[in-house]
Amino acid sequence: METSPESNATPVLERLLPDQPAVLGPGHTMGTVTDKITAIVLRRPMTLGWLGGFVIAFTMLNMLVLAVGYLFFKGVGIWGINIPVGWGFAIINFVWWVGIGHAGTLISAILLLLKQNWRNSINRFAEAMTLFAVACAGMFPLIHTGRPWLAYWLFPYPSSMGVWPQFRSPLVWDVFAVSTYATISALFWFIGLIPDLATFRDQAKNPWTKRIYGLLSMGWRGSARHWKRYESAYLLLAGLATPLVLSVHTVVSFDFAIAIVPGWHTTIFPPYFVAGAIYSGFAMVLVLAIPIRKFYGVEDMITLRHLDNSAKVMLATGLIVAYGYSMEAFFAYYSGNFWERFMFLNRATGPMSWAYVLLILFNILIPQLLWFRKVRMSPPMLFMVSVVVLVGMWLERFVIVVVSLTRDFLPSSWGTYTATRWDYMTFLGTLGLFFTAMLLFVRVMPSITIFEMRTMLPESKVQEEVAAHD
Amino acid sequence: MDNESSKKKSEDVCPGKKGKLELAEVREKLTEARGPRYWRTLDELAQTPEFEEMLHREFPRHASEWTDDNSRRNFLKIMGASMALAGLSACTKMPLQPIVPYVRQPQDITLGKPLFFATAMPLGAYAIPLLVESHEGRPTKIEGNPQHPATLGGTDVFSQASILTMFDPDRSQNPTYLGEVSSWGSFQDAIRPQLAAQKSSGGAGLRFLSGTTSSPSIAAQMADIKKNYPNSKWYQWEPLGRDNVYAGAQMAFGQPVETQYNFSNAKVVLSLDGDFLSSGFPGFHLYARQFAGRRRPELREEMLRFYMAESVPTNTAAKADHRLPMKASQVENFARAVATQLGIAGAGGSLSGEQQKVAAAAVKDLLANRGKALVVVGDCQPPAVHALAHAMNQALGAVGQTVSYTDPVEVNTASKVDQLKELAGEMYAGKVEMLVMIGVNPVYDAPADIDFYDAMQKVALRIHHGLFQDETAQYCHWHVNATHFLEHWGDARSFDGTISLIQPLIAPLYGGHSEHELLAVFNGLLVNGKIDFTDYGVVQGYWKSQYKGTDFEGWWRKGLHDGFVAGTALPVKTVSAKGSIPPAQPQNASGMEVFFRRDPSIYDGRFANNGWLQEMVKPMTQICWDNPVLISVNTGKKLGLKAEDLVELNVNGRKVKGAIWLQPGQPDDSATVFLGYGRTKAGRVGDGQGFSGYKIRTSQSQWFTDGLKIKNTGEHYGLAAPEGHQAMEGRAIVREATLEEFMKDPGFAHEMVEAPPPGLTLYEPYTYNEYKWGMTIDLNSCIGCKTCTVACQSENNIAVVGKMQVKRGRIMNWLRVDNYHEGDPENPKTYFQPVPCQQCENAPCEVVCPVGATNHSSEGLNDMVYNRCVGTRYCSNNCPYKVRRFNFLLFSDWDTPQLKFTRNPDVTVRSRGVMEKCSYCIQRITHGRIRAEEENRKVRDGEILTACQQACPADAIVFGDLNDPTSRVAKLKATQRNYGLLEDLNTRPRTTYLAAVRNPNPELES
Repeated sequence: METSPESNATPVLERLLPDQPAVLGPGHTMGTVTDKITAIVLRRPMTLGWLGGFVIAFTMLNMLVLAVGYLFFKGVGIWGINIPVGWGFAIINFVWWVGIGHAGTLISAILLLLKQNWRNSINRFAEAMTLFAVACAGMFPLIHTGRPWLAYWLFPYPSSMGVWPQFRSPLVWDVFAVSTYATISALFWFIGLIPDLATFRDQAKNPWTKRIYGLLSMGWRGSARHWKRYESAYLLLAGLATPLVLSVHTVVSFDFAIAIVPGWHTTIFPPYFVAGAIYSGFAMVLVLAIPIRKFYGVEDMITLRHLDNSAKVMLATGLIVAYGYSMEAFFAYYSGNFWERFMFLNRATGPMSWAYVLLILFNILIPQLLWFRKVRMSPPMLFMVSVVVLVGMWLERFVIVVVSLTRDFLPSSWGTYTATRWDYMTFLGTLGLFFTAMLLFVRVMPSITIFEMRTMLPESKVQEEVAAHD
Repeated sequence: MDNESSKKKSEDVCPGKKGKLELAEVREKLTEARGPRYWRTLDELAQTPEFEEMLHREFPRHASEWTDDNSRRNFLKIMGASMALAGLSACTKMPLQPIVPYVRQPQDITLGKPLFFATAMPLGAYAIPLLVESHEGRPTKIEGNPQHPATLGGTDVFSQASILTMFDPDRSQNPTYLGEVSSWGSFQDAIRPQLAAQKSSGGAGLRFLSGTTSSPSIAAQMADIKKNYPNSKWYQWEPLGRDNVYAGAQMAFGQPVETQYNFSNAKVVLSLDGDFLSSGFPGFHLYARQFAGRRRPELREEMLRFYMAESVPTNTAAKADHRLPMKASQVENFARAVATQLGIAGAGGSLSGEQQKVAAAAVKDLLANRGKALVVVGDCQPPAVHALAHAMNQALGAVGQTVSYTDPVEVNTASKVDQLKELAGEMYAGKVEMLVMIGVNPVYDAPADIDFYDAMQKVALRIHHGLFQDETAQYCHWHVNATHFLEHWGDARSFDGTISLIQPLIAPLYGGHSEHELLAVFNGLLVNGKIDFTDYGVVQGYWKSQYKGTDFEGWWRKGLHDGFVAGTALPVKTVSAKGSIPPAQPQNASGMEVFFRRDPSIYDGRFANNGWLQEMVKPMTQICWDNPVLISVNTGKKLGLKAEDLVELNVNGRKVKGAIWLQPGQPDDSATVFLGYGRTKAGRVGDGQGFSGYKIRTSQSQWFTDGLKIKNTGEHYGLAAPEGHQAMEGRAIVREATLEEFMKDPGFAHEMVEAPPPGLTLYEPYTYNEYKWGMTIDLNSCIGCKTCTVACQSENNIAVVGKMQVKRGRIMNWLRVDNYHEGDPENPKTYFQPVPCQQCENAPCEVVCPVGATNHSSEGLNDMVYNRCVGTRYCSNNCPYKVRRFNFLLFSDWDTPQLKFTRNPDVTVRSRGVMEKCSYCIQRITHGRIRAEEENRKVRDGEILTACQQACPADAIVFGDLNDPTSRVAKLKATQRNYGLLEDLNTRPRTTYLAAVRNPNPELES
């Protein structure tokens, strides 16, 4: 990166401890980095593994189409929701997916601003992950309404009737938060892609491929002026995206914290939701990164160092989440509030306590394995822990959304919740949408940033290469 | 309308059609024909040139087929089918009559403004006086008749739901012969020769079987029939007959009498299984009102005290200060022991333990309040208990004070089950040639030892008259579709004997014929060949003949206007005790007992096809759509049964399968079976719900018997049971104190939870310049009868969702009555709490709606704007009272034309995906406000009644303007018993509750 000479002057690699793995494997030159990454898309043939994954993901996506189609035809009554549990899988999935998106933004924006260069090899697909996760999430507020064809009423558009949304409602804040987030994420991702798309354009042999990448790279020529503008745009967007990492999930947590339902009405929700979001987001990054580095042989670009760092972030955010849980329990006792106490006892010992027990196990106990370097250095173990955390974070939202609603103030109105096949189909369907999009992404886009990876080469290598060219 | 004149008119209006064949005429010709004759007629008709001409005119697209030999057959088939279907749906094309639009509106009808007509609903023998709201000629809502001395305006669940039965699309829509569509004319033609044959034998083979009735005009018609056919007989059958009541009176006084209670004068009441606060008990409405009046804690020491011994938990006993659960067979022993202690010789009976303790205290209390004491008995108890109660009331000086006697209201008080047995015997003996069943369904509800179906096979001609093609109708030769009480003229007596006139609110929807018209056929057919007198003629004619004054027209009009004839209550009768109490029969104390009860929602099964009643959450069990077998928690443990286990009940070899429910307060070793379920031909709603208790009920033991064996089948039967808890879990939800505590500290309700001071909100407080509506619900008066919930359903077009959706927690009731048990599951205290929308001042729902679909109105209501709702359900999640209801699917029936008529035109019918909730009947408020504005005044207190308030028999709900300090509701809110539900949440509910006060005997409080 030309505009940040100090990062080139003191390459990260040289600050390594003796047994710490490198961010970029040895032996890479500018050319090999470019070749390796472009080869994945431009020269590598479609493998059976990819095709198999795609068929599964695409089938699940079709299940989503079916489930949502039937939903629009019949109404939300096909789901397990009821009175008192007015929100079920849809809102759980919404919060879960939005949370997952957060890691991508954190990696690409906050770590960029903090000059954590190791992020360069994972930020691209993490951003893609954010985008697709937000797409999955954004679907739910729309389809969970009773009359989805009127859901646009949540937007403040100048209606001829002169009616506006009700701005005191956190759901309206959600609309702003999520739509802003989706817009910034998409822009950030796309702008970051432009130099690499230009590389693809230059490398592509097939004229049609060349043309498409040419169109997408928007006339990028790599001139100094381009780079200058690019850098300032990218930094500006990073600056815009940074507060979003905190604000989006804070607003999402307001959906609950503003309400009076015991178990929702809690001031600790914003920080605890943000930490949870990053926690699950990094788990998803690992779930994606571990297979990608394996199947595409980029273990020297996404190295154990990345896995180690991600695991550490998970450990830290996981501990914040654990602190959140313990504070909930503590205040249930310490506040002396009858409703709070009952809410906690109901979570921990009530008819749906299985969810709470699993949640503690998945989100707090099992992730403690990450204290061990051996675990952090072992991709299979890390993969397992990450999946566990993803499930645990889903359960956390289940406990918050559903278990709180089943038993609130009047025992006469207590209820239970059983998800229907349509609930499961919709959830699995969004996984299908997500993985379909991810699989297509790794096939057609540079899933690792080429130009940023090149900046991570040691200075001596660069000089060497320049000399060789001359 | 007679056909001759209408045809003539049609020719006048359409002269060009003279000599032409009209499609309607084709139909008319065909409806008179059946089976082979039908086809012959069609064939004959088809030969004529007029037919071909009609064909081209009416069916231009198919007419060409007619000339083509190949497709003619096909066309005939279609034609035949379409005409048959036209008959089936009863949408016979009306004769062409010129219609004239309203150029000037007729007097009394303003579109959009409902009219009210007084009428009455007969239930069993008794009339329930009603006012019916009519919108442009169709009845939409049942209200109580506040002028009527027998109810003072209260109603019950059955009458509230009767609108739906009237419009029921499953009602029988034509007379049928052997299951095929026929006509009223064909019916008359068909039975004419049969009747002629009967006439010659004096009606020796003619038998009538009807339900009980108190109608004087029916009695007169039957008497005429008896004159015409002296050997004919009129039997009556009523599965919930009051045989025991009259037998008990016979035992005590040597004559059957009607016992009438007067709770207004009572101070101490002992009920022996008498559920006088439950819908269906004769006099329920008045008793509930009187009881509530005497239970006001403001009466202090004068407050009524209520003891009750009972065999199944009812909402009546939930109001008791001391409740003793005991097997139905033990009530007699209890009554005898109490009687002995009251000094009645020869009563016998002995008690021990808790029962003796309560009995002794009750006796002391009763004796201390001579003249103000009262003993009430339930219909299920054997005659001896009734006789004992009569003796006790006499001993307590209650007669003339709290009890009075009149002649029976029923026309015929002879034992109904004996009459049915006798009829069956006659049928088996081949003595019955022509059986006319009017409004009864004995194939379904006859005792199991009378195989009515089998006996019926011996009858040559069976005629059924009823609202439905029910279990009995399907085995009859003729079925004549009856009219609903909202469609015909009639009369009946209410429980105090007051004559109530029944006037139709609508022309018979399905062209049915009333009981009067049917009986008129038997009287009139032979006289002038073709009858022309209608129920109007019969009823009015009868009263004309009875009227002694000079201005019959005025008398009649006033009777119709008021809905009753003032001063016709039966005179009080002085009776004296005759004979002694029969000695106690030895009771088999051990073993399981089965106890049959009237179902709280579908009565004896006659309302099984009524969705509102089926979906009414039943008092106490809180179950709907089913009749579970109730057993106590202990018995469940003993037999290893848990709720929703499918068991086989075996009573002396008669078996039926039902689902178990463990009911707190149920006596041990007793299983209660509610009658009326297990219908097979009730209609789409009622078929296949629950199981039929009639299959194990015999004529010897109509109400209870021992020898029940319960076998677990190991299967599971899901009940639409509430998911919520019926325990308060240590929350101050229903607040209650004893009278003693109340007198010491009238503000006890406020010591449990404190409401935060007003003003603790971020938002600007609202100001109310005009009205500020509010409601109080007196938990002390509420008897948990659920009438309000059905009234609300009818008023507000609330959808019925069905058992599966109820099980999923999607019942739509805007107003529910919560049921909480507290204490020992053997004999818990039970509390009722009706919960409509609380219309909070700081409403949690309002702030979370993203589109502003729920708003605070200028009169303080929390208004729901259906059109704006997108269905996020956030408001419901945030409602601590969970009173909001969501249309998860398309629950309202938008297709069935008849159901559209049942709806209140002032209330939106909600579609899928929309939230809904109680609006304090905003349509009524608006009507009231407009009326007041027209007269340039403010709304008067009590002018606007919400539907629940109007229906409430106990007057527990009061609605009004809180800005008016003199309004009833404002005054009630100022009382110390007033408290808000969950007021610690700072929601500031506008619906508040008056805390309950019980009046237990201090001697029994340990």
